[in-house]
Amino acid sequence: MEYFIQQLVNGLTLGSIYGLIAIGYTMVYGIIGMINFAHGDIFMLGGFAALIIFLVLTSVFVGLPTVLLLLLMMAAAMLTAALWNWTIEKVAYRPLRGSFRLAPLITAIGMSITLSNFVQVTQGPRNKPIPPLVSSVYNVFGISISLKQIVIVVLTTVLLTVFWYVVNKTALGRAQRATEQDRKMAALLGIDVDRTISITFIMGAGLAAVAGTMYLMYYGVVVFTDGFIPGVKAFTAAVLGGIGSLPGAVIGGLLIGLIESLWSAYFTIDYKDVATFSILAIVLIFKPSGIFGRPEVEKV
Amino acid sequence: MSDTLLSVRGVETYYGNIRALAGVDIDVKRGEIACLIGANGAGKSTLMMTICGDPQARAGTITFEGEDITRLPTHRIARLRIAQSPEGRRIFPRMTVYENLQMGASLDNLKYFDEDVEKIFTLFPRLKERQAQRGGTLSGGEQQMLSIGRALMARPKLLLLDEPSLGLAPLIVKQIFDAIKILNKEQGLTVFLVEQNAFAALKLSNRGYVMVNGKVTMSGTGMELLANPEVRAAYLEGGRH
Repeated sequence: MEYFIQQLVNGLTLGSIYGLIAIGYTMVYGIIGMINFAHGDIFMLGGFAALIIFLVLTSVFVGLPTVLLLLLMMAAAMLTAALWNWTIEKVAYRPLRGSFRLAPLITAIGMSITLSNFVQVTQGPRNKPIPPLVSSVYNVFGISISLKQIVIVVLTTVLLTVFWYVVNKTALGRAQRATEQDRKMAALLGIDVDRTISITFIMGAGLAAVAGTMYLMYYGVVVFTDGFIPGVKAFTAAVLGGIGSLPGAVIGGLLIGLIESLWSAYFTIDYKDVATFSILAIVLIFKPSGIFGRPEVEKV
Repeated sequence: MSDTLLSVRGVETYYGNIRALAGVDIDVKRGEIACLIGANGAGKSTLMMTICGDPQARAGTITFEGEDITRLPTHRIARLRIAQSPEGRRIFPRMTVYENLQMGASLDNLKYFDEDVEKIFTLFPRLKERQAQRGGTLSGGEQQMLSIGRALMARPKLLLLDEPSLGLAPLIVKQIFDAIKILNKEQGLTVFLVEQNAFAALKLSNRGYVMVNGKVTMSGTGMELLANPEVRAAYLEGGRH
């Protein structure tokens, strides 16, 4: 039983990270109907930015408090990732809006390759380690919970709350939802659609960058290929939850995290990704629009 | 009453290579109700959307309060307070009635929202009952009221209505036309409406235009057009077997 709960805790932590990345996929899909395949690499880029600012700060100032250090790392990651995602949208996706459906998809894959190769060339192909930032481990009824895990889950919860509030209760969120539902009409009401789409890319990148920072902190390394597997899993999470649905992305992320850690715990770890994607396939057979996805037909 | 609010001169609009508007001239004066009647496919809705810059006119000019708006992007045109209740109503289906109205008030960042939303609810009490319901679940008539209400929330200088009577029961049509009349009389709102229901539209309007195949073929006061034998034959008597 303790072992099981231990795996739940691990799964929840991993799932939080997937969920944060998945939101970026799902929001972009919702608003312009394309899969931003470069989103995983934006996440990886966030990890690198966090690592670089960590190295700079720790070499310049000695004995910075960890909390401050983490906050600055996240800020740097968010800024870098947001800038990249904003630029990508502007130069690679916007000119293709209104083109045939596959065009932005292909450019997105191109941007993904570009980003990971860019990082490979400028940062080198090897794993980049970071010394453990938070290493305390607590023992609660025989289950060991690390401070890292607590930080990840708490931070994810806070971010998701803020994010939920922005999307559902603010004028910006309303503009985003309106643009998602009927771009033409949103413009007729004075909404600057291009700007709203840009902001969506920036928000998605911000969340992915925080996820990237936490991933770096959790595993202690980052490498240029890191955008791929977590990216694909987060994308899977978004599809599993129902692409276009924000709660779906979070629930999907948590599910993928849980499936992965429970499978690794009870069965062979080599097949954990097979298990994850099999479950995706099974869910999609019975519910093609995902858990929270809505069917395409809508009374208008 | 005499100064021109909206002026459309020689406007041509294309969908790909198909010309939908073939040089349209129309004036809408401040404080009046103007209407445009015509058959299906004449280009009425295209003109409405061209005024809002989506699609943009390929030739000709559109001026609003003396400013050339032909090449402005749609959201900039909307910010000049030209509000449209477009063809097909275009309610945001997954937003509540209340949120749809909030969207209408985006320009002022909800500054006058409470005050204005009460006016809309007085005008269309049905919307008040339905305010927490999602737009997509409303009936056609309710969606039409919401679409007009949402346009009014922008405090428009010019209200563009594209077929407010389409597919609605006669009683609701009367209710909507009465509401337009009240807004025009009491608040001096300038309205430009497109209608297939020519009789009701011309009766309501100070000025009318008739459009055939992307061109304005006749214009005059509402009463003149109502009395015109050609108009009667084509748009009025034919429709009343």
